[in-house]
Amino acid sequence: MDVALEVITPDRVVLRTQVTMVSLRGGGGELGILARHTPLSTTVKPGIVKLKLPQGEDFLAVASGFLQVVPDRITLLVDTAEVGSQIETERAQRARERAEKRLAEGGPDVDMVRAQAALERAMRRLEVSEMSAVNGEILKQLL
Amino acid sequence: MPQNPRDIRRRIKSFQSTAQITKAMEMVAAAKLRRVQEAVQLSKPYLERLQSMLAEVSRSARFVKHPLLAQRPVRRTGYLVVTADRGLAGAYNANVIRRTVQEIRGKDKGSYTIFAVGRRGRDYFARNGHPIGGEVTGLPDSPTYPHILPLAEKIIKAYGDEEFDELYLVYNEFINAVTQVTVMKKVLPLATHTDEGTATGNTQYLYEPDEEAVLTEMLPKFAQTLVYQAILDAKASEHGARMTAMGNATDAAKDMIDGLTLALNRARQAAITTQIAEVVGGAEALK
Repeated sequence: MDVALEVITPDRVVLRTQVTMVSLRGGGGELGILARHTPLSTTVKPGIVKLKLPQGEDFLAVASGFLQVVPDRITLLVDTAEVGSQIETERAQRARERAEKRLAEGGPDVDMVRAQAALERAMRRLEVSEMSAVNGEILKQLL
Repeated sequence: MPQNPRDIRRRIKSFQSTAQITKAMEMVAAAKLRRVQEAVQLSKPYLERLQSMLAEVSRSARFVKHPLLAQRPVRRTGYLVVTADRGLAGAYNANVIRRTVQEIRGKDKGSYTIFAVGRRGRDYFARNGHPIGGEVTGLPDSPTYPHILPLAEKIIKAYGDEEFDELYLVYNEFINAVTQVTVMKKVLPLATHTDEGTATGNTQYLYEPDEEAVLTEMLPKFAQTLVYQAILDAKASEHGARMTAMGNATDAAKDMIDGLTLALNRARQAAITTQIAEVVGGAEALK
């Protein structure tokens, strides 16, 4: 039993597909959503979204946003969403090094909160990219 | 109008190269316009969904008070003025600036603050000593959400800190490639938007962690999205305005070239006629 999933960012519709299950971090804790879930509306924390598809598993790196579930449709509205297999690992790696350096240097003109967020974002992207690679980049075919 | 054929030829050449440049600029603007129009279309689903989700939450969380919804006594008004970084776009920048100046004319400098998008607007308001609360310049031709986010967040935060009590967007709304209308839209407080209520059906949603938390996160996001969409729309208008302006410039240059070519031919004919008259006159004299 599958359910329609839409992943939408302010810039575009990132993904529109049928999934078996979606797992993510919501405002109230970890969520796993299957078809015919009760109507639910929640905030989404930045992190990794796991998708179970008929073909296998794949992952998305998302920023904060919202999730709305009705029995036959899951809508994920997030600031950014990247499919693991589309992440440029080198760029993410560079971003991570940059953020680490900035955090290590400190100093008055470094916005610590922002640097920390940048580091977390880069690490999340790297992780998702790795996880996707293991799983054979299923979503790539859907895009 | 120069009379001498050599001067006329020089003028024609100069107009030809101008027409070439404006023609190229017109085509570049047309390509950019197409790209932004696509981005505008792609950005619509997000706002639609967010709007309907927001309407649902607002219904369940009527009792919740949120600063973005609260009508406060207005001590200071914020204007987000969207202009271009460059000119050569007809009245595009002038219209937006004029509309804003109309609003703030005669007001005390403490009673308003300007958030400027685009170098043209920023420079104008800075030069004339208006208070500037924030600015973004150098936006790409087809901005994405992350480009706008820092400014949008800053504005929402400033509003939350009561640095100003209402926010208007002033920008050129895109109607089509040749028509842009300067508009002023109130964005904050948000009350007016959610009252309309696009909620449909009577599905009862579960909220996690609760209605209030969802609403509290959704409202700023909604306001940011409105700002983002306005800027995208303004960008489409900018490219449309530039395309039209450059098209007109190319046409004007062509008209000038036609006029000058006529003058050139006349001058050439006149010279030939004079020469023939001289030859004939000389031959007559020898008889």
